[in-house]
Amino acid sequence: MKKMMLATAVLALTAGASLAQDVVRIGTEGAYEPYNYIDQATGELTGYEIELGNELCKRASLNCEFVQNAWDSIIPNLQSGNYDLIMAGMSITDEREEVIDFSQNYIPPASSAYMALAADANTGEGAVIAAQTGTIQAGYVAESGATLLEFATPDETVAAVRNGEADAVFADKDYLAPIAADSNGELVLLANEVQLGGGVGIGLRETDTELKDKLNAAIQSMKDDGTLNTMITKWFGPEAVTF
Amino acid sequence: MFEYCADPSQLSGLTWLSCYLTTGTHFNFYWSFLTVLMLLAVTAPTALAFGFGGAMMARSPLLPVSLIGRGYIAAVRGVPDIVYFLFFVIALDQGIEWTKHLFVCDDLSQPVWNGTEFRVCPAAKVPLATSSAIWHSAYGFATAVFTFALVFGAFAANVLYGAMQAVPRAQLETGEAYGMTQRQVFRRILVPQMWVFALPGLSNLWLILIKATPLLFLLGIQDIVFWARELGSAKTSGNNPYPHGDWRVFYFLALLVFYLAFTRVSEIVLGRLTLRLSSGQATLGGEQLRKAGA
Repeated sequence: MKKMMLATAVLALTAGASLAQDVVRIGTEGAYEPYNYIDQATGELTGYEIELGNELCKRASLNCEFVQNAWDSIIPNLQSGNYDLIMAGMSITDEREEVIDFSQNYIPPASSAYMALAADANTGEGAVIAAQTGTIQAGYVAESGATLLEFATPDETVAAVRNGEADAVFADKDYLAPIAADSNGELVLLANEVQLGGGVGIGLRETDTELKDKLNAAIQSMKDDGTLNTMITKWFGPEAVTF
Repeated sequence: MFEYCADPSQLSGLTWLSCYLTTGTHFNFYWSFLTVLMLLAVTAPTALAFGFGGAMMARSPLLPVSLIGRGYIAAVRGVPDIVYFLFFVIALDQGIEWTKHLFVCDDLSQPVWNGTEFRVCPAAKVPLATSSAIWHSAYGFATAVFTFALVFGAFAANVLYGAMQAVPRAQLETGEAYGMTQRQVFRRILVPQMWVFALPGLSNLWLILIKATPLLFLLGIQDIVFWARELGSAKTSGNNPYPHGDWRVFYFLALLVFYLAFTRVSEIVLGRLTLRLSSGQATLGGEQLRKAGA
């Protein structure tokens, strides 16, 4: 009986604590360097969005925790409440706006680029273009007339170009640039860049309006004092587009 | 891990490899092997229990009980596994939270299923958002075990049902002639004799269960396949201390060796078990053992 009372007391205490300090779980993919990825040395999540998310939560006085989730089920798992936010390099698009809500963007609209084995590679009619499933880039390729080759992870899209399965890969330029720079000239970024989407924002359930307001205010404060731009430059290099 | 690993860019050859293989991500990879082994260790007996229960129900003289047992076996065997692993886990999770929602939430006026959203009050979350990460993993693991056990239990039930039918009727009649009750006949004669008939089917199931563990990845558990993919994917030099190209082939090769070794060990153990269970049985295997001994 004593034990039970103790357990109830502990339960009541923890329930009270949860009311005082909201715990917000943030879903991320963890495979999209430098947006969000696993630190090779420690095995923990890291990247621009992890640093930003922690800073935003500090400013909004939320207690945040990152959760890793595969990209293709990242929206359904938000809707079924496995986590409360998505910060996974997800661009704000009209299609996604229909099912979830977005905060204001924390990365300005940036270029998407093609990467291929040769600078004169075909990306139009008749070409085979690799892109990650469910990304705006995949949607763009499907409508461009080229054959779309979809993969579950961004890494596989690059591998498909390396082994000749696809003529080019189409993804965020910020993701492809370090890979191209690292390949000793094997992979080159093509000149025909495309502007897609309305920048990257935090994805939320449509009913979480209060949380959305808090985060919007936090993002705005980081935009105003310039810390957001500093963070973008830190992770994406001096050439990255800032606010 | 080692002191000389402080600056990986200066290392080469075996020292580089020794540092590379002891990074945090690699330890996560090594731990995930234990996760898989633990899942098997927990799931196999649970599935066997489900199977035993299912077989007993299917054999029951009471029609409703028998129908439940048969229904369970037929339903699971007839539906693709992947449906259970994708649909059932979500349904189970939402079912648990919905039930808890009815009891612990004060405000029940809002609909739980709202369009594509599933929404219960924070107190009804399982586990609570405030719980530490370990509880979230434990909950994920438990739902995985339950789903695996449910699916493999149905197949085990069918195997055990067949094995119970295969025990010669004369054996059971002998027991009855000695004045044993139905329960005693079941416990003392039927069950000890049926294992030898069930073993070929069960060993098949065990090997399929081993091969099915990568499905854990679908359930959001970071198993060996997840880590092999993560570690093998190409790493650029900018943010990673150990940059490398696409090494997935080596990691998957390691998994191949692991799975082959594991199935080989299982086969040896199962072979010995068959031999042991055959002794003294009225089967061909038992007869051969008797002659060899004589």
